[in-house]
Amino acid sequence: MTDINTLTVSRAARMLQGGECSSEELVSSLVRLIQERDGQIGAYLHLDEAGALEQARAIDRARAKGNVDPSNLLAGVPIAVKDILNVKGQPCTCASRILRGYVSPYDATDVARLRECGVVLLGRTNMDEFGMGSSTENSAFQVTHNPHSLDRVSGGSSGGSAAAVAADMAIAALGSDTGGSIRQPASFCGCVGMKPSYGRVSRFGLTAFASSLDQVGPITKNVEDAALLLEAISGRDEMDSTSLDLEPPCREGALRRDLKGIRLGLPKEYFVKGMNPEVEAAVKSAASLCSAAGAEIVEVSLPHTEYAIAAYYIIATAEASANLARFDGVRYGFRSDRAEDVLDMYENTRAEGFGPEVKRRIILGTYVLSSGYYEAYYLAAQKARTLIRSDFEKAFKECYALLAPVAPTAAYKIGEKCDDPLEMYLGDALTVPASLAGICGMSIPCGQTTDDLPIGLQILGPAFREENILRVGYAFEEVLERAGKSEGRGV
Amino acid sequence: MMDVAGEKNIDVAYVAHLARLRLSEEETAVFQKQLEGIVGYVNKVREIDTTGVEPTAHGRSVQNVFREDMAREGLTTEEVLRNAPAQRDGLFVVPKIVE
Repeated sequence: MTDINTLTVSRAARMLQGGECSSEELVSSLVRLIQERDGQIGAYLHLDEAGALEQARAIDRARAKGNVDPSNLLAGVPIAVKDILNVKGQPCTCASRILRGYVSPYDATDVARLRECGVVLLGRTNMDEFGMGSSTENSAFQVTHNPHSLDRVSGGSSGGSAAAVAADMAIAALGSDTGGSIRQPASFCGCVGMKPSYGRVSRFGLTAFASSLDQVGPITKNVEDAALLLEAISGRDEMDSTSLDLEPPCREGALRRDLKGIRLGLPKEYFVKGMNPEVEAAVKSAASLCSAAGAEIVEVSLPHTEYAIAAYYIIATAEASANLARFDGVRYGFRSDRAEDVLDMYENTRAEGFGPEVKRRIILGTYVLSSGYYEAYYLAAQKARTLIRSDFEKAFKECYALLAPVAPTAAYKIGEKCDDPLEMYLGDALTVPASLAGICGMSIPCGQTTDDLPIGLQILGPAFREENILRVGYAFEEVLERAGKSEGRGV
Repeated sequence: MMDVAGEKNIDVAYVAHLARLRLSEEETAVFQKQLEGIVGYVNKVREIDTTGVEPTAHGRSVQNVFREDMAREGLTTEEVLRNAPAQRDGLFVVPKIVE
């Protein structure tokens, strides 16, 4: 019998619909595995066993009465949610001491949309505090270990969601991506992770880090599941004025396993000096496989790529310094006991409540917005952002999608980059440009290092053309599987 | 690290106060060193020729969007206050602001 923990969303849906298992069995089985295995991995901050079982039983009852629409593949499927999205009645800490004890009074729109589909909300996953980090080592509560190698990081900031999916402790998960926080942990943990175009998905109820960059997206075991979840959460929400009223990316049409006649670009600036040669080789071999499957591969140039990290860390921290001003000990969360007067309360609450990376970013963001520096930094970064965006626009005039590495390396050792924040930032060089440009991107497994660590392929598409990257990813999955079989090994 | 004018590029103690963050002396020293390096790095954006380039505030430029101005259910006072560190009579309680 199939180990039901390993199911994808679409296979779980078939088994649930065919009566081969119930949602309650699926939840119980996942909970058992989480209790057995998560002590070593640390993917979950909060497991809602009782709530999940209750939701599962309700869906099972509805299905028994014939009240579940067969076209709804998400009904009864247990999904984990990053601890940055509000789930009514559940804790939402953003992995920060400053929100310890906070209970969400409402659902984020994406969560509400999943609930309407009958998704079972299994629990909240670990992350870098407020999404600030690339390794999930910046959580105030625990480090999330990579399920492929426990002494390595899971990536971040959505490391808990990626590790939960990779370790079969969730059928799928939601993460959020500000500068790579879905794509990079998906790459490190060997999952599929999609960052939708800015405006595709509502940000209402997503705790804000950098409002012009943040997007919620799926972390899944395959491309089909990413498409299913994206379809469920996307669309206009009147609570988020930047969400757009667009047709959802057409799943049926998008998921053609076919690359014939499409042109894919390899941006030459993404193959940087100092990159792990195994990562470079895996991505180039992925491009060759696409070429053999009928795609035309061309080299393209995105000349302003080298400015992306600088522009990103100015813009993201500026926005964060404003967004995180709301954590002042007055309305919610933690308040310092050392509070003689109100200024004392603000300064001590924030000093004791935030971790070092969050403090660094608030200080940097406050600095770049401060009097006399605004034009030199913030405005200059916004102009660089225009140039980065137009680089992509030019490339997409010629190309259907772009293929690139997700990160310069595979998952590194826990503690390896902790002491040097700038080095950690430089690891984001290949994911932040798409965030600044507002385009869509996906990470999909494309190979392993000799140490058996997963390597991700980044597929980038034009804004609001998620169907392009879904099609390339879906076709690539099959191409890679065939190639693996012909070499006589699993992939 | 010094910037072009020969001044320290960021004064962490001063900026932390603007951001309402109380730092210990040790933290101030560590952040000073780290942030000088980071500010030195992000200076790269000033190297680009941006003559005639318009700034981008959002990945997607959006116009003002309005929803209909209609009364609707919001959170109740009780729900809003449930997460407050201190509350009394339907209000948030804070330490004294003026003498």
